[in-house]
Amino acid sequence: MIRDRRSTTLWHRFAIWSVLLLFAAFFLLPLYVMVATSLKDMAEVRDGNLLSLPGSLNFAAWHKAWSQACTGTDCGGLQPFFWNSTLMVVPAVLISTALGAVNGYVFSKWKFAYSELMFGMMLFGAFMPLQVVLLPMSQVLGWFNLADSIWGLVIVHVLVGLATTTLFFRNYYVSLPDELVRAAMLDGAGFWRIFWRIVLPLSAPILVVTLIWQFTQIWNDFLFGVVFSAGDAKPITVGLNNMANTSSSVKEYNVDMAAAMIAALPTLAIYVLAGKHFVRGLTAGAVKG
Amino acid sequence: MGALSIRNVRKSFGTVDILKGIDIEVEEGEFLILVGPSGCGKSTLLSMIAGLDVPTAGSIHIGERDVTHELPKDRDIAMVFQSYALYPNMNVAQNISFALEMRKVPKAERAAAVQRVATMLQIEHLLDRKPGQLSGGQRQRVAMGRALARNPKLFLFDEPLSNLDAKLRVEMRAEIKLLHQRTRTTTVYVTHDQVEAMTLGDRIAVMRDGVVQQFGTPDDIYTRPATRFVAEFIGSPAMNMLSVDAASVGAEALTVQGTSIALSPEQQAALRRQPAAGLVIGLRPERVQLGDRGVAGRLTLLEPTGPDTYAFVDTPLGSLVSRVAGTVTQRVGDVVNLNWDARDLHLFDTATEARIG
Repeated sequence: MIRDRRSTTLWHRFAIWSVLLLFAAFFLLPLYVMVATSLKDMAEVRDGNLLSLPGSLNFAAWHKAWSQACTGTDCGGLQPFFWNSTLMVVPAVLISTALGAVNGYVFSKWKFAYSELMFGMMLFGAFMPLQVVLLPMSQVLGWFNLADSIWGLVIVHVLVGLATTTLFFRNYYVSLPDELVRAAMLDGAGFWRIFWRIVLPLSAPILVVTLIWQFTQIWNDFLFGVVFSAGDAKPITVGLNNMANTSSSVKEYNVDMAAAMIAALPTLAIYVLAGKHFVRGLTAGAVKG
Repeated sequence: MGALSIRNVRKSFGTVDILKGIDIEVEEGEFLILVGPSGCGKSTLLSMIAGLDVPTAGSIHIGERDVTHELPKDRDIAMVFQSYALYPNMNVAQNISFALEMRKVPKAERAAAVQRVATMLQIEHLLDRKPGQLSGGQRQRVAMGRALARNPKLFLFDEPLSNLDAKLRVEMRAEIKLLHQRTRTTTVYVTHDQVEAMTLGDRIAVMRDGVVQQFGTPDDIYTRPATRFVAEFIGSPAMNMLSVDAASVGAEALTVQGTSIALSPEQQAALRRQPAAGLVIGLRPERVQLGDRGVAGRLTLLEPTGPDTYAFVDTPLGSLVSRVAGTVTQRVGDVVNLNWDARDLHLFDTATEARIG
């Protein structure tokens, strides 16, 4: 009996590992193809085997994608779009996270008449199809003279992201004991002091989650980028799209792949560096103290 | 005027009345206990004294000042919470000095206060630790230290011992009492534990359904309970209760199930002054003697506790408990006799539940 059980668990292990490895390979395959193709030269690409390893480590395609590839008539590579995205993503992530933290603090610890209703209405924002806001948003950006600018995109992303960041922080702060806030009130701290000195220092897990989430959302956004930007203000997703769609005599797959990798690297890097905290933050519950 | 006066305080949430007109006066240096079953409104009342909640009507005065609508931080109070509510991100010293920092006390003075409190509570070796690294008893001490650091006019405790195990609870109870004897700070202490109430309180307010049933010294409350509820709530095992209908009330004695129960002259006089439609007789278990005279009954259960034994006896009057010092020689099933002094009886009106005599 004991022997039987051991052999079945062994078999189970084997089956589970095989399936897991298979799925991992399946999901990693596109990444492999991208990296491998980006390191080939056009002769190797034309040889046609998508899965073959590159003959040598050739970064020429990466170099071209970064600084020489043409989008339309402009041949400066992805570089300017990359900086546009950076200039857009940093303020947009910081502002939307900061506002979400304060909102969540109010909705969980300083409830007022109809605050629950307000929070419920805000939730619509988190689950609404984003296409709905395109027309009114462009109207508003027009009024504020921010159309086609990076700051316009920052505002769009802050407004759209606010619902989600508020939801994240509110749900996290609900699990902080109310007695902490009461104790601080008795100790003489006010609204902002309690936030700075007690609530925010306890927010590290949810801060990481929100920062990663917002960074990914905003960096990867294409819809708002393509609708609300023009000329010099386009983010990298739009740049990549335009570059891949610029027709020339030869379709340079290696350059396209390198460009796609460049566009995806920042979010990948963030997940690799902070992914552990991300998962921990998602499962973090009440603070024991 | 007392150190704390609560005047006709009412609180309603919608149509639900949580507090129905509370009047309590506490003298300077007194230890007041608010005790009652859960839902009686004692914690709501404490929140209003703290300023975390506002009464629907009535007023609260600390010293000469009407603080009913003042902010918690302006009331000169400190509170120990049931969950301790220590700031998890600060170490013990920072926890204790936070209130002083918020009040812009200079750094040197803050350090001195932390030192004074830490010495008093014997937590000097814990000052650098975070609350997460402390045991339940240590957290309890830090929470008290945080309250003590400021020398407030008024101390509030919200069931501070209910998260501790039984042994630690007894230790901390004694420590709170010692601390109060030393500092003589006026204190309001909420609990649902009748032993805490009796051992700690200079005065006790027994609450039920948003009404103070009795406000008095522990001795008053134990020996002259004002209502049937107070009589049954305080004391362990609970007071024996026997129902008597009006027809059985005689001039000098009552009859319960055919058995005559004698009354003292004072009780007879009280009954003549306040004739009641029905009576409930109360009798403390330690006042019931197990002997060879009195009401006969069969012993159904013995609970030895060490110093005492609780004897449960089935009598024609109903089941009665006797608390006997030491051990009991009789066995379960034996026929025993119970007797008591008529002056130890408590009489309550069945309808109003108020004390008659």
